[in-house]
Amino acid sequence: MSRDLNPDQPLLEVKDLHVGFAADKKTVVPAVIGANLSVYPGQTVAIVGESGSGKSTTAHAIIDLLPGTGRITGGQILFEGQDIAHARKSDIIALRGSSIGLVPQDPMSNLNPLWRVGTQIKESLEANGVAKGKAADARVVELLEEAGLPDAERRAQQYPHEFSGGMRQRALIAMGLAARPKLLIADEPTSALDVTVQKQILDHLDRLTDELGFAVLLITHDLGLAAERADHLVVMYRGQVVESGPALEILQDPQHPYSKRLVSSAPSLASQRLSSVQARAEVREQAVQTAAEIAAEVATHDDELGEGRGTIVEAKDLTKVFKIRGGRPGQSTDFTAVDQVSFQLERGTTTAIVGESGSGKSTVARMVLGLLDATSGSVEFDGVDITTLRKKDQQLALRRQMQPVFQNPYASLDPMYSIYRSIEEPLRLHGVGTAKERETKIRDLLDKVSLPASVMTRYPNELSGGQRQRVAIARALALDPEVVICDEAVSALDVLVQAQILTLLNELQSELGLSYLFITHDLAVVRQIADNVLVMQNGKVVEQSTVSEVFENPREDYTRMLLDAIPGGSIPLGVVEAGDDV
Amino acid sequence: MPDGRPSKIRPGQERYVARLEDTPLHDVGALDTTAPPESQWKEAWKQLRKNPLFWVSAVLLVFLAVVIAVPGLFTSNDPSFCQPGKSLAVSSPGHPLGFDRQGCDVYSRVIYGARASVAVGVFTTLIVALLGLVTGAVAGFYGGFLDALISRIGDIFYAIPLLLAAIVLLSALNNVWPNRGFWGSVLAIVLALGLFGWPQVTRIARGAVIETKQQEFVDAARALGATPRRNLLRHVVPNSLAPVIVTATVSLGVFIVAEATLSFLGLGLPTSIVSWGNDIAASQNQVRAGQRLGTMFWPAGALALTVFSFILLGDAVRDALDPKAKKR
Repeated sequence: MSRDLNPDQPLLEVKDLHVGFAADKKTVVPAVIGANLSVYPGQTVAIVGESGSGKSTTAHAIIDLLPGTGRITGGQILFEGQDIAHARKSDIIALRGSSIGLVPQDPMSNLNPLWRVGTQIKESLEANGVAKGKAADARVVELLEEAGLPDAERRAQQYPHEFSGGMRQRALIAMGLAARPKLLIADEPTSALDVTVQKQILDHLDRLTDELGFAVLLITHDLGLAAERADHLVVMYRGQVVESGPALEILQDPQHPYSKRLVSSAPSLASQRLSSVQARAEVREQAVQTAAEIAAEVATHDDELGEGRGTIVEAKDLTKVFKIRGGRPGQSTDFTAVDQVSFQLERGTTTAIVGESGSGKSTVARMVLGLLDATSGSVEFDGVDITTLRKKDQQLALRRQMQPVFQNPYASLDPMYSIYRSIEEPLRLHGVGTAKERETKIRDLLDKVSLPASVMTRYPNELSGGQRQRVAIARALALDPEVVICDEAVSALDVLVQAQILTLLNELQSELGLSYLFITHDLAVVRQIADNVLVMQNGKVVEQSTVSEVFENPREDYTRMLLDAIPGGSIPLGVVEAGDDV
Repeated sequence: MPDGRPSKIRPGQERYVARLEDTPLHDVGALDTTAPPESQWKEAWKQLRKNPLFWVSAVLLVFLAVVIAVPGLFTSNDPSFCQPGKSLAVSSPGHPLGFDRQGCDVYSRVIYGARASVAVGVFTTLIVALLGLVTGAVAGFYGGFLDALISRIGDIFYAIPLLLAAIVLLSALNNVWPNRGFWGSVLAIVLALGLFGWPQVTRIARGAVIETKQQEFVDAARALGATPRRNLLRHVVPNSLAPVIVTATVSLGVFIVAEATLSFLGLGLPTSIVSWGNDIAASQNQVRAGQRLGTMFWPAGALALTVFSFILLGDAVRDALDPKAKKR
């Protein structure tokens, strides 16, 4: 039902676009430098880049929704041949919604919580003069059905807080498509959602594109996802387009060094490579050997906690029940967040716990760390039940042996502490060394995580996400622990940084014989770091096996679903292998 | 879709690779080691320095501080030297603002009156901030029964109007401790206002502490073996200070006004002490009679300007400490 559009005339052409943000009255910081791209009717074009690459800024410039002081400083944006970069405000407002629709990034904050979902979609129908009154109400229900929401009539009457993240994103898609635009701009439409929901939504969007014939400009940081969904790729880096062309061609034969880096680091793509499996096997071999030496030493010393066993952490039937406040005061219902989870972590290896949000994986991590008391079940550290440790010195001894690295690099360091103080804190708390010895230790730790010693005097707000995560790792290693628990430690990072941190964690493991408990929602990174894996769903372990077994021979439907949802997993790759990057 | 559909390359979508010279690669996660290190407070100070509001209030407040420290620099007249013969006389050389009903020099009374007003404002703010921070931090951090107890007590104090409570308390105190001198009188008002002013700061501090204690760095410190007390004092409280400082700075003006109101009602500072509130109270009869409005205008103007400066400072500090609240 494509409308009368000439398929050989570009729908959108961006020519030599420059966008800048005014820092003050005199200086303009460029955000997009000379970007070119074309979108043809019915096509899906993806802009790929890391945070700060200018991909979202380009998209926002097209519909004149640049935030703050941003403005177009040069170039043209042609929509159906008309320059909209220099059009009047009223013309662009007329274009929004009716010709160009937008699906924004964060489904949680883009719906007005005070209005019914149906009312908000109706608003976009009325604003664009598509329908009014009763007719609009009927259309809203049709649109929600079309976006794949079951029971649309009732859903239209509900408020956003009654919707899950995936349902909200469907509502936003319905809103973006309400006035039947010719172009839909989807700005990271699924990055806040679980992988299986992401796949459902993108599959549905694909079907709608085929049925309705609109073009999609997809903004994403995930190269695998872009390659899987788009015909044409535009790779952006620091405000510039570094490479563009047919999606498959770029993926199989990237030319620009930055695209090569991206292709070799994207976890969804890296996870299918045999080289990452081999590399992991080498890391494990070295780590297990070092760990065995440490174990032998622990076994002969009495002052350290533990018996030097091969199994360093063992969880038995771990269960956590939360009380949820009920409808009346004093009334409460039980919610089982973690249900009878058992696993073993062998010295020098990594066990990954994989699950979607709400699966209970982080709750397991917190119980193993002793930050949260288990309702029932036990955690043994090297043969010692940690719940029986009542004496302060024993508890401190456990802390020395087991350290966490958390997800959010922006929240895991105290913003008031300099990097030096942050890393020194564990040493001080445990009374390690003199001031002089502590400084030597801190320099050594920074060196281990590949940060220059000059970073010591800085504060977290001056560091990037990856650098902060390195500092958090240095702090975790300060007390020479045997176990490190990584709770989504790489999830908040850009792909290239993520790859670097994973490499660092692997190096540290083989050098220091560490054992990792690696909590993640992303099955794709598991292959690069883990040996054993637990797949969790709704608080229960659904599958537990070695990584290669789970990837090659998944037994459970849920595991298969998670594997299928890894974007780009099915694309045949070219010759580029990890390590080939320039 | 990249699935075997015949795809012909359309104009504008040919393969393009930027030249490496035009798009140089940077190290992933490289660190700029040239810039000097900056803590959050330093950065806030940089923000503050750029704000003209801050400079206006700072100049006014420095001037005020000088007036309080060395009033003799601005006037050689004794504020309590009054000549009944000059009652309500207009300005004359050496007496630029004329005389009040008692025949005292209005200008020198405005200068000397600053001390009592500002002393009440500053000390009340300190007490309220301290009380509020301690109660709010304890309530927010430990939660449970302690939180419920502190919050309910706070609500009770909050429900009693600040001025009404201070009036009752001060009139009771007047019976037990009638002649208390300058500092005694200031102390009495500070205690009366402080006792009923803290719940507001408690609420702010409690909210900030609850927000901070959920951050991952607090969990990280727990996992390192830090005790709850250490966590509270070393990590949570320092990171919750900003909103407390902002509230305190803004409420300083409110307390100065409250002192003036109490003095106006005859319950604040005794009339023997020179204060803006007392002078405003004393001049109310002239204002009613329409004589010499200046006797009220000058102390009231000085009071307003002082309060205005503190509120400006509070706004500037808020902008610097919490850039999110800033209007863009």
